Amino acid sequence: MKNLDSLFAAYLIGWGIFFIYFLTVARRTSALREDIERLKSSLNRGK
Amino acid sequence: MAKQVIAVVVVILLMAAAAYAAFFVAPTERSMGLIQRIFYLHVPSAWTAFTAFFICFIANLQYVFRRQARWDWLGVSSAEVGLAFTTVVLVTGPIWAHPVWGIWWTWDARLTSTFVLWLLYVSYLLLRTLIEEPDRRALLSALFGIFAFIDVPLVFGAIRWWRTQHPQPVILGAPGSGLDPTMRAVLFFCWIAMLSLMALLLRQRYQLEALRGEFDVVRRESEAG
Repeated sequence: MKNLDSLFAAYLIGWGIFFIYFLTVARRTSALREDIERLKSSLNRGK
Repeated sequence: MAKQVIAVVVVILLMAAAAYAAFFVAPTERSMGLIQRIFYLHVPSAWTAFTAFFICFIANLQYVFRRQARWDWLGVSSAEVGLAFTTVVLVTGPIWAHPVWGIWWTWDARLTSTFVLWLLYVSYLLLRTLIEEPDRRALLSALFGIFAFIDVPLVFGAIRWWRTQHPQPVILGAPGSGLDPTMRAVLFFCWIAMLSLMALLLRQRYQLEALRGEFDVVRRESEAG
């Protein structure tokens, strides 16, 4: 079982990078959706 | 929303099946042992990065000739997704290299050209943050993206054209090179799983870029009113 720790480290880091990237995209999307809603409602109030 | 959840579940199942195949189905390589199983993450990640950068290249060309915002959105989305896959390649490579070569890194043609590829697409994304005007930003980054893609064939060919520390190709390599049939099947299955992950990430990222377009329109309306 030589190098088992390195093997696990590689997979853990690799999947971690994908997971964190997925989360950041999802977070940026929901923040932007909120901003658009806020802007639209302030526009409607102004009319 | 339900479709998106199904897509996420399918990708997770495919990735889990790919990991199972890499750990338990593929035979253990004779000279390197267990550590060679990084191959099933490292190589499919590299191929998927090339695919994403190819999509970026096509989107950049389309933008230059058609000037439609959706090609700019696809270009930046695929560049960012490709960069995530290249980062995985650059991280898993040294973890594999250290026990096998005795060093984490060497400046050979394959490793250097891959690092340059990563830097080029980081620059592509940075360039976009420096230009305010949307049309100018889209055009300049499309032109830069077309230039950056030149490095992809260099990375692909580096182990074929020059002598490198990095191993010679086992797929589309010289006569006599090759891979055990089970290893080959697992490798291609892992690539399919990675491509499904790329499609999911690309779809998410494209939606974000489309929302940014919508945000700009609403903001302009509010500034005008």
